[in-house]
Amino acid sequence: MKLTKIAMAAAVAAVVSAGPAMADLVFPSLSYRTGPYAPNGIPFADGYADYLTLINERDGGIGGVKIDNPECETGYNTEKGVECYESTKNIGTGALIYQPLSTGITYQLIPKVTADGIPLHSMAYGRTSAMNGKIFKWVFNYPANYWDGATIAVKHAADMEGGSLDGKSIALVYHNSAYGKEPIRTLEEMSKEMGFKLTLIPVDHPGQEQKSQWLQIRRERPDYVFMWGWGVMNSVAIQEAANIRYPMDHFIGIWWSGSEQDVLPAGDGADGYKSLNFTGVGTEYPVFADIKKYVVDAGKAAGDGTNLGTVQYNRGMYAAMLAVEAAKKAQELSGHNDITAAEMRDGMEALDVTNATLEALGMPKFGPEVHVTCENHGGSGAALVQQWDAKAKKWNAITDFIPSNRDLVTKLAMEDSEAFAKENNITPRECK
Amino acid sequence: MSPDFLNFIETFLNGLMAGVMYSLVALGFVLIFKASGIFNFAQGVMALFAALTLVGFQTGQVPFAHLIRAIFGVEILHWGAGMPTILALILTMGVMVALAFLIERLVLKHLVNQAPIILFMATIGLAWFLEGLGDLMWGADIKPMDVGLPSGGSFWWEDLTATWAAQGSDYYGMYIDTLDVSAAIIAVALVVALSLFSQYTATGRALRAVADDHQAALSVGISLRRIWVIVWSLAGFVALVAGILWGAKSGVQFSLSLIALKALPVLILGGFTSIPGAIVGGLIIGVGEKLAEAYIGPLVGGAIENWFAYMLALAFLLFRPQGLYGEKIIERI
Repeated sequence: MKLTKIAMAAAVAAVVSAGPAMADLVFPSLSYRTGPYAPNGIPFADGYADYLTLINERDGGIGGVKIDNPECETGYNTEKGVECYESTKNIGTGALIYQPLSTGITYQLIPKVTADGIPLHSMAYGRTSAMNGKIFKWVFNYPANYWDGATIAVKHAADMEGGSLDGKSIALVYHNSAYGKEPIRTLEEMSKEMGFKLTLIPVDHPGQEQKSQWLQIRRERPDYVFMWGWGVMNSVAIQEAANIRYPMDHFIGIWWSGSEQDVLPAGDGADGYKSLNFTGVGTEYPVFADIKKYVVDAGKAAGDGTNLGTVQYNRGMYAAMLAVEAAKKAQELSGHNDITAAEMRDGMEALDVTNATLEALGMPKFGPEVHVTCENHGGSGAALVQQWDAKAKKWNAITDFIPSNRDLVTKLAMEDSEAFAKENNITPRECK
Repeated sequence: MSPDFLNFIETFLNGLMAGVMYSLVALGFVLIFKASGIFNFAQGVMALFAALTLVGFQTGQVPFAHLIRAIFGVEILHWGAGMPTILALILTMGVMVALAFLIERLVLKHLVNQAPIILFMATIGLAWFLEGLGDLMWGADIKPMDVGLPSGGSFWWEDLTATWAAQGSDYYGMYIDTLDVSAAIIAVALVVALSLFSQYTATGRALRAVADDHQAALSVGISLRRIWVIVWSLAGFVALVAGILWGAKSGVQFSLSLIALKALPVLILGGFTSIPGAIVGGLIIGVGEKLAEAYIGPLVGGAIENWFAYMLALAFLLFRPQGLYGEKIIERI
């Protein structure tokens, strides 16, 4: 009896002296594992979740604090995405970062996160001019944006032509939506500057029928075709290009038109097709050995482990890595590990991922170097070109990371973001 | 001939071919509407489900593999070998017949004599259910469809038509997709087979009797429930054909169910009760939208074919509210 009393007293003393336990760091996933876009949504969500699981299992979390990764299914639907945001933002001590995975959801969340004070990372999608951190304090789109992508595609085409595109022609096949129209202004500016002819060819959603568009391309025979597509539009366009025997190495898609799912349906016809990408491809990086050991083999993988190394899986993993590095920076700046959303934002704004950082993480040259500042929420803007090998059924990176025409992109982003600030009565903040 | 005129013919021909593809989807709607007065919202999803099942059988995929893994922890994704296309086709058709049987037993039987809107709502539910079932059975990955049909531009046609252009012009022949030609042949065969079936078989005549008058058909001993199973099986067969041809174009993916949207203007134009209407309506829509995209599109920024198809169908409705071949609407007061 006496022993029991002593044990109870010791237990009470232990609870009182331990103080409050540290809450998890909440990184919600607005994923889409169902619906027409699930083939891209599943591997991305798996990559994002698996990397966070790796950090929990191998490192014990970030600075000793575990990461909670609640998933909410959006079905790539804007209304559901907003509902997911509302239902997850107060989990635990509050969400620290959102990756909305849809341009439509991003646009809806920009005013919400600004009011709620939660950082939003629309990685290489969403509102391009959000790269202006003076106006979009809570929104980040590093490492690259659509306008960067447009200038990189043009640069690559120019390199193929020996440096000049004067007198050449480029057709832009684009999803007839705000997303698809994103590169038009940049390409128009570049066509004036570099002397190439630009033809705009819109494709209505969902893009299952593109006969008219490809008959036009067959007649006009542009030297290059760029594509800003999504979902079924990509695979149909690649099939149609193969059908009209368009030279596939002159057909270049943006990073959302360059996953395995886009090229596989066209079979051998897709051989040689190119797309931009801002992450490495394949599993030839040391980090995958850790993912296999701590996540897949331990039975803790989000999926069945078969999509490791695919474009979208690697992209999800990269997004999670950037979030983790930002959280580490936030902990370093704030001096404590239990960070708030505002401190996470400060961490994102001071993010500096160098080649040495990537090397140390077991991801050498996996992505471009990312240096974020108060003014520049868009990172470096670099991307590589990858090419599809239909026989081996894999993408091969054929260039190093190509820097974009940042002078032009910044000029256009300033114009657009300042117009937005004027319309919405936003006073740009000072950056010291 | 001038290249411009040849381009016009090329656009016209490709419109006809696209129209055939739309007709194939519309046919499924017509079959069910004719026999039961139900506008089957799930027809597009049936095409998706049939295509998913066919590819699953062909590639030796284990159905419900992810569900089995989640419940029992056993991971068997493939049987180890696929099966010949012909066997996969037969088995898929078997699945579609079983599906028709289940739909009749679990859905339609309980809704006899309900208002058409109730039956329509039931098919919306069916569409959601089938989409989820397809995902659960075969996964969400995009799958290439290969049943041995040719695809790609025809060299022979290109070389032949290149000689039609005026000498000295930079014309390099007309484009026609061999897959579209196959689709046209299949569609013709399908319509002929359906017509022969409905004209010369007892079941076909029973189908027509039910289509004409449910009450009268019942009074002469035709089983409405049996007819419904047959009609839904036929619609399942048409959905399988549409799924194969559309899947060969884009891969089998969940947006395949959206092909139903392409059939709606065809149905408005051709009428909901006429098989020839579905074919002729499809051809008119196909040609109309392709010519509009090529010649009006550049003037208004392009990407007009989707809404133009509906506009064309609505314009027809002004003159023939029952559609081109639909039964004349007579309202007695």
